[in-house]
Amino acid sequence: MTLSIQTTDLRIRYGDTEALHGLDLDLPGGKIYGLLGRNGAGKSTLLSALAGFRKPSAGTVLVGGQPVFENVTATTKICLIREDGWVGDPTDNIGDILEMAKYLRPSWDDTYANELLDRFALPRKKALNALSRGQRSAFGVVVGLASRAPLTMFDEAHLGMDAPTRQLFLDELLRDYLANPRTFVISTHLIEEQSPLFEDVLIIDRGRVLLHEELDELRTRGVSVTGPAEVVEDFVAGLTVLGRQRLGPTVQAMVYGTLDDDQRRRARGRGLELGPVGVQDLFIHLTSAENATNAPNLTGADA
Amino acid sequence: MFDDHSPIYRQIAEQIKADVLRGVLVAEEQVMSTNQYAAHYRINPATAAKAFQHLVDEGVIYKRRGVGMFVSADAPTRLRDEKRERFFTDVLEPLVAQARTLGIPAADVVTHIQQLFENDDLGEGR
Repeated sequence: MTLSIQTTDLRIRYGDTEALHGLDLDLPGGKIYGLLGRNGAGKSTLLSALAGFRKPSAGTVLVGGQPVFENVTATTKICLIREDGWVGDPTDNIGDILEMAKYLRPSWDDTYANELLDRFALPRKKALNALSRGQRSAFGVVVGLASRAPLTMFDEAHLGMDAPTRQLFLDELLRDYLANPRTFVISTHLIEEQSPLFEDVLIIDRGRVLLHEELDELRTRGVSVTGPAEVVEDFVAGLTVLGRQRLGPTVQAMVYGTLDDDQRRRARGRGLELGPVGVQDLFIHLTSAENATNAPNLTGADA
Repeated sequence: MFDDHSPIYRQIAEQIKADVLRGVLVAEEQVMSTNQYAAHYRINPATAAKAFQHLVDEGVIYKRRGVGMFVSADAPTRLRDEKRERFFTDVLEPLVAQARTLGIPAADVVTHIQQLFENDDLGEGR
């Protein structure tokens, strides 16, 4: 079972500050979504609203077609592991927290939870607050995966994990997704490491959706154009330029969009060098302060 | 494993084609399933599926219902023919352009190529 996600003009306010400025999302169920955004962009706020932890100040949140806030039928099918990793009372021991999770979630798989505890080498008898930061995160992953919740969300679940543990996390996530298809939303700053797992990528910037695109599509979206300044500037006129780097008389412009064969030929004919732009670099440039004004024309990729 | 700036599905498809060309995968041999491929390379299964669909469309592999995917009988020869056709434009033209830029005379290039062909250490499949 998988769950779709729809939000319409979703706004969340904390006192005088609005953290989400009217988000419209339409995410079919059954995919692994990567949620990217700079610190403070609104990722955690969005995830809390999707999990029903936070009431929308305006607009709607539907998961599997149902409103989620104060709707137990809906929320038992949703699992959000928050970035702090506190999945239970800090003084409770691991075993007791798992018992509680089992009681709360109809889809819980106890055998799998125990397998995962072993795989992540977590002690059953220890209290949650006796675990290291990395172990606490790993335990969050155990709870999230074993929940088998039709919508499972991890908010930077990898915090504090060492590289082998992060790899184990990704392996288990993929393995369980293949065996038990469901909807995953994973927020992360580890773009290069985790993005190959995503089918779609969402970029949230300053409380708005900047972009929703298939990951593999996004990988073709950036082109770097390098050459003498005037030639480069003449070529990129009219294109969406995300950033420029200058080295003496040479300029490298980062263009958002795909060049057609004709444009490529024209560039080469003028002695310009064309190169690809990685997803991480695209992300950095798309969310940079200077590009704040460019934002609206990128969401066209949504349709 | 995969670079960060071109579609993963295209990189997978190119790898499988390279394996067929080098004889690592032979005609009628079964290829990994998309799920095995996804798990092995830690990529999204939809991306792996897209790569395999691409190869099916190109006739490099084909599906046997309920069994899996196999290398097409004519894939090795067809891929080789395609590569041969593109060899002169893709490999030789840039080489000549570079030689020109560096001022290396055609005769020198030809002599070197001849020598490389006679060198037994450069076997097939490199």
